[in-house]
Amino acid sequence: MNPNATPSMAASAPDLAVVETALAKLTETAPGGLAHSALVAVGLADDYTVLDSPIGPLWIAWNGRGVAAVESAPDDRAFEVRFQARTGRPIRRVESLPVDLARAIDRRLGGDRRARISLDYRGTTEFEQAVWLKALEIPRGEVRPYGWIAAEIGRPKAVRAVGTALGHNPFPLIVPCHRVVRSDGTIGQYSLGGPTNKRAILAAEGLDPDELERLARAGVRYVGSDTTHIYCLPSCHNARRIQPKHRVPFGSLASSEAAGYRACRECRPSAARFVAA
Amino acid sequence: MEDLSRPADAALVRQLAADLDAAFPSLVADQQDRLFTIAVRVLGNRSDAEEAAQDAFVRAYRALAGYPAERIRELRLRPWLTTIVLNVCRNRTRVRRVATTELAFEPASEPVTDPFATRHARDLWARLLSGLPPAQRTAIVLRHVDGLSYTEMAEALGRPEGTLKAQVHRGLAALQTAFLAAQRREREEMTA
Repeated sequence: MNPNATPSMAASAPDLAVVETALAKLTETAPGGLAHSALVAVGLADDYTVLDSPIGPLWIAWNGRGVAAVESAPDDRAFEVRFQARTGRPIRRVESLPVDLARAIDRRLGGDRRARISLDYRGTTEFEQAVWLKALEIPRGEVRPYGWIAAEIGRPKAVRAVGTALGHNPFPLIVPCHRVVRSDGTIGQYSLGGPTNKRAILAAEGLDPDELERLARAGVRYVGSDTTHIYCLPSCHNARRIQPKHRVPFGSLASSEAAGYRACRECRPSAARFVAA
Repeated sequence: MEDLSRPADAALVRQLAADLDAAFPSLVADQQDRLFTIAVRVLGNRSDAEEAAQDAFVRAYRALAGYPAERIRELRLRPWLTTIVLNVCRNRTRVRRVATTELAFEPASEPVTDPFATRHARDLWARLLSGLPPAQRTAIVLRHVDGLSYTEMAEALGRPEGTLKAQVHRGLAALQTAFLAAQRREREEMTA
């Protein structure tokens, strides 16, 4: 009997051989995306999508281990080529971010530092990771000098290496390397489209980059309060609360300490003591 | 001990032991149709099956990542992956409290050139298979759809070969009876 027989074509119980042949035809071909999705889940491939941002479209890639890249690019192809050259992993464009990740990124960019976002650190050094984790501690609307990061991670002389690590940050915006500025108070470089974008992001976070640079040009590195006798980095939220009549500018740690002021425990300005650049 | 019955699998297992991340994509490419087929036939639903197969690969990767190289080299890939995908399927049906036999069967997506008669027969056999009790259905799927040996099935299911042969035997007999019943029903509907 033909194993393809339909009930209307036969009237008796089929032979076992017929049943076995029919069963052998019940194999399926896996849906096209299954293999890639499985590899994304274990971190051996990535998905990406394009998000709108105040500084233009951003390409963001992720896998089961976390976010793998945030970049600007001229188009999908350019992003894919660069990503594959860096990671060696296949990558696929999808409609949107996973819901949890989208929500966490929204919260993080909105200033909630507790929003948990896993990051795929493969291919990066422990030093780089230490720099990026420290940058994550800088609150929205504030900036710290490169030397501050270097001192805080226990490598006070590695100011230039901190700058390099921030320049190689694969997760800009999520890891806010835009909140790290030159030790002379100028805004400095930015991997995601240069200083113009850095200023735009800082301004969107509520900081006035022009005012920051004006203070720097005037030689002001720290700001104290003559009521509390505490001094801060100029963008520290505590410094910004000091009323104009109580603000005391300082050009150096030595002058603030000589005046009897102590360092703010939140922005820890004395960590920037070992400034080299 | 190396899997002598499946030389290609044994070669893949050696690659997995040497460099898991480099070889795992080959494992997924080789095994995705198998795991998806088993999941479809056990769960009776393509979208659940896709998730189950994907979940099985994730579990397999995590397990392999924790195994020393000697243990990976001793794996018999097919039975091992079969155990994983069946566990995933069992957990899914348990969590959802859905009796899989009650699920409406989704017709397989066939090429449009497939003759209607072939598709009709395929859907019919799939539906009859999904009506079997779970243990018989699983045994039939592994033996006659996936083509595992009884030795591999015994390893995958942790049951004696004799028990599995009996389940397959009873399952095939039940399918013969069910096919006959389906024929009668269809004939009655045509003459009604």
